Amino acid sequence: MIIGTSPNRLDAVAKVSGKARYTEDLTLPGMRHAVLVRSHIAHGLVKSIDTKAALALPGVEAVFTFEDVPDTLYPTAGHPYNLVIEKRDVSDRRLLTSHVRHYGDDVAVVVARDPLTAAKGAQLVKVEYEELPVLIGYKEALAPGATVLHEFMDNNVLRHSVIEHGGRVDELMKEAELVLEGVYHTPIVQHCHMETAVSYAYMDDDDHIVIVSSTQIPQIVRRVVGQALDIPWSRVRVIKPYLGGGFGNKQDVLVEPIAAFCSWKMGGVPVQVALSREECFTSTRTRHRFDGQIKMGLKKDGTFTAFDVKVWSQTGAYASHGHSIAGAAGSKSPYLYPRAAMRYDATTYYANVPSAGAMRGYGQPQVTFIMDCLVEEAAHALKMDPLELRLKNVARVGDVCQFNHHTIHAAGIYEALTRGGELIDWRKKREAYKNQTGPVRRGLGVACCSYGSNTYPAAVELAGARLILNQDGRVTLAMGATEIGQGADTALTQIASEALGIPMDQFNTVTIQDTDHTPFDTGAYASRQTYTSSTAIADAARQFKDKILDLAALISGVPRSALSINGGNIVGSDGEHLVMTLGELAMQSYYNIDFGNPIVSEATHKTRQNPPVYCCTFVDVEVDVPLCRVTVKEAWNVHDSGRIVNPKLASGQVHGGMGMGLGMALYEEMLIDEKGKVLNDNLLDYKMPTIMDLPDLDCAFVEVPDPTNPYGIRALGEPPLVSPAPAVRNAVWHATGVKVDEIPITPKVLFRYLEKAGM
Amino acid sequence: MFDIHNLYKAKSVADAIKLLSEHPEARLIAGGTDVLVKLRHFDDKFHHLVDIHDLPELKAVRLEGDTLALGAGLTFTETMNAPEVRKYIPVLGEASSTVAGPQIRNMGTIGGNIANGATSADTAAPMLVLEPEILINGPGGRRNVSIKGFHTGPGQVALEPGEVLGAFAFDLKALKGLGAAYYKYAMRSAMDIATIGCAAGVKMEGDKVADLRLALTVAAPTPIRCPAAEAAGIGQSLTESTMKKILDALETDIKPRTSWRASKEFRTRIIKTLAERMIYAAANRSGEGA
Repeated sequence: MIIGTSPNRLDAVAKVSGKARYTEDLTLPGMRHAVLVRSHIAHGLVKSIDTKAALALPGVEAVFTFEDVPDTLYPTAGHPYNLVIEKRDVSDRRLLTSHVRHYGDDVAVVVARDPLTAAKGAQLVKVEYEELPVLIGYKEALAPGATVLHEFMDNNVLRHSVIEHGGRVDELMKEAELVLEGVYHTPIVQHCHMETAVSYAYMDDDDHIVIVSSTQIPQIVRRVVGQALDIPWSRVRVIKPYLGGGFGNKQDVLVEPIAAFCSWKMGGVPVQVALSREECFTSTRTRHRFDGQIKMGLKKDGTFTAFDVKVWSQTGAYASHGHSIAGAAGSKSPYLYPRAAMRYDATTYYANVPSAGAMRGYGQPQVTFIMDCLVEEAAHALKMDPLELRLKNVARVGDVCQFNHHTIHAAGIYEALTRGGELIDWRKKREAYKNQTGPVRRGLGVACCSYGSNTYPAAVELAGARLILNQDGRVTLAMGATEIGQGADTALTQIASEALGIPMDQFNTVTIQDTDHTPFDTGAYASRQTYTSSTAIADAARQFKDKILDLAALISGVPRSALSINGGNIVGSDGEHLVMTLGELAMQSYYNIDFGNPIVSEATHKTRQNPPVYCCTFVDVEVDVPLCRVTVKEAWNVHDSGRIVNPKLASGQVHGGMGMGLGMALYEEMLIDEKGKVLNDNLLDYKMPTIMDLPDLDCAFVEVPDPTNPYGIRALGEPPLVSPAPAVRNAVWHATGVKVDEIPITPKVLFRYLEKAGM
Repeated sequence: MFDIHNLYKAKSVADAIKLLSEHPEARLIAGGTDVLVKLRHFDDKFHHLVDIHDLPELKAVRLEGDTLALGAGLTFTETMNAPEVRKYIPVLGEASSTVAGPQIRNMGTIGGNIANGATSADTAAPMLVLEPEILINGPGGRRNVSIKGFHTGPGQVALEPGEVLGAFAFDLKALKGLGAAYYKYAMRSAMDIATIGCAAGVKMEGDKVADLRLALTVAAPTPIRCPAAEAAGIGQSLTESTMKKILDALETDIKPRTSWRASKEFRTRIIKTLAERMIYAAANRSGEGA
């Protein structure tokens, strides 16, 4: 069994030795560099634009403005195309704009022989604006008579939806023995992937544009660039090299269209667009700020009966993933407390702030924070232990989710909470931390969440796998699933190895996805790839094995039924004795004059199941009251993600997610002033935690196998960051008696709450 | 890529002074941890550079009699690791260890940290407590000035054009029996600039405070000493009521401001908490080591 073991990452040596080449490491003779001219106001119309000085700078070869780009609007969200027009992503962006809608919007682009000259050229482009009112919060953006950001809209509501199954929420609230309400806020945060957004494009004939890009979604980039440039999609080829992190930001089409446009306009010369860190903050994507109002009804014994959740989701200047973020969180949340009814009212609105898009968790961290804060409130109101209250209400196998009437076939959250409580020594510490009075106090907190395993039924779910038997008996595995650093190549090779009975070291796994050459897959997002691709691999492996054994039977004369593959060899009926090696069979398949053909198989799996996954976080915090500082001393995440393919990689995924979650809890927030200016667009002022700010991150898995997947797998990628923030908030409350209804709980925020409490 | 037009590599401090006089438009670059940030933001005052990075004469650590001289070109890492620093003025090493992260500490220099005049400089508070003489080399020869008063305004110090900061000379006799402590309060534990930095030096004689030196960064436009707070403590025993007097007096020493980074009220709370904790920590160390 190779599933459930932890072989090293396939790319480990290439990465630590520096051999792995990332997009910016790749270069072509004659490559030009493009730098965007960005607005320094958040809302306005360009009155005039003067490019003369930039064009006069030696080394500058071209300047394009909004006047030069196609007059078409295109969408950027990394969603598969939708055949239903109403379900398509909103097309609201031009390559370059004369109506700037956020600080850092794209007005023009300067192409030069080197990056420094391009940057200096960009500074020489003079732009005059007619300023428009800047709208930030939902109250301003949605006020009657507010300036409308987009010409095709009547107001700034991108979309509003109310979902309620059963229609009993109002009734249940009336019947409830206790009704609680709360108002909570979550911040704008940014992905801060190490490799910034970077792409280059060139044409190697008159018809095709090749784009090399740091992207999670090569196939979607191909389609969107086709839309943006108004050319057939298959005339765009997208190649994804090694990638240095995405976390959802690169589940969006970022700089690929402008790189392709510049190359296309300049006769196909290679043009690179490499964004700075500052540009990543202001001009790629962020996490949606949520403002939430929530009400819950419950019985005196602690049984939850109904949730009534209302959220305002700030999408910023452009829709990007738009309402999908709020929508996805609304559809995944009810799986946590499935026996309670739920109404979910969500408004996504435009505002003059950088565009929000996909970010690890996809709305779930926000909605989980809003819901979990109120659940903690319920524990206080009922004087119940917070862990007991959650255990009483979380999903159990066989529950029917009141929200969507799906039966839950696998759920290990009860076990995860129980395990986490033991691991952090919940009862003993909760008792020990009672009634503290000193300046430095400890607190224990818990929070839990649900998530999904892919995007079905919101979007099509396709995963492709191809297997090729090479002459030397080694197997090439080519996946559409995109390796972005999360370890997909390794986990999927383990699955192929198990499916075929061929050792992992006999695989050549293609790590570079290329839309012209690797199988179709929609990309790395929604924590979907291991779940969806494993079935595609199982299907391709079945065919591959059949072809191998059919040919082996033909050549060896041993009956087909007696043959199998073991340890990379073709063996006889006892499963042991060697009939021939795969290498011998492979040579026959290529070069036998009479029999056989090279052995190749390919399968695409369309997933139409989306089982929930679960996670909980336990934290032990120390609060230095005079210094207004929270330090996390111990943190545990316990996950129910079905069977774990590679425990070491899975733990790495969890540790990274916990770090991001603790960042959101205590440190990270993009600060935007009333004029829409981003104040902290760099890693000094944006306080992403360092390793010094995090405790040892601990995790555990309760592996409840999933019946909908051949290997019992469910999703893991995003959930680790969802529950840490409310767990920290609840622990701070436990330590100090002060409840903070917003994150991040930075010293400056905690200061406000402590002063109010007279502490 | 940086927009550097001319880079003049100095062979010695004298050569650096000569190059600065020949190229008055040029600025010094040592570790580069400030200058390269300026260049990254296209600051056009830094196109021409005189490079004093790694000049051996700026890296000397000299103990002569009761004077310990530290070359201005010592990196933070070298300062942290110097045995003389550990033995005689450990607080300076401790403060150096709070600068950014290892890579920056391997490049940035203590001379640059003081010469750039930042109110947030991590070595500024311990320097103000340790009161070294600053040795300056210039076209007119050498001169010495006190660290007290060296910071003249935000980003400004008492260096004349063409001068090179050479070394910090500590009078170990004067420091005998002085316990010192530093705390950098920042929004995270590494890779950050101080929200407030606080250093205290305390010399106890019996149960009385014989000497009290309190220095703060980011509590005013420049790093400051706190004369009112010090006066309230000197000659007293270190009781709770003395501490209250010190902290009350401290309010007249500081001028914290409200910016998007932190409010005045928040800074004041942190300043008082740190002052109290650092004075006690320094008192506990009084009489140790040197």
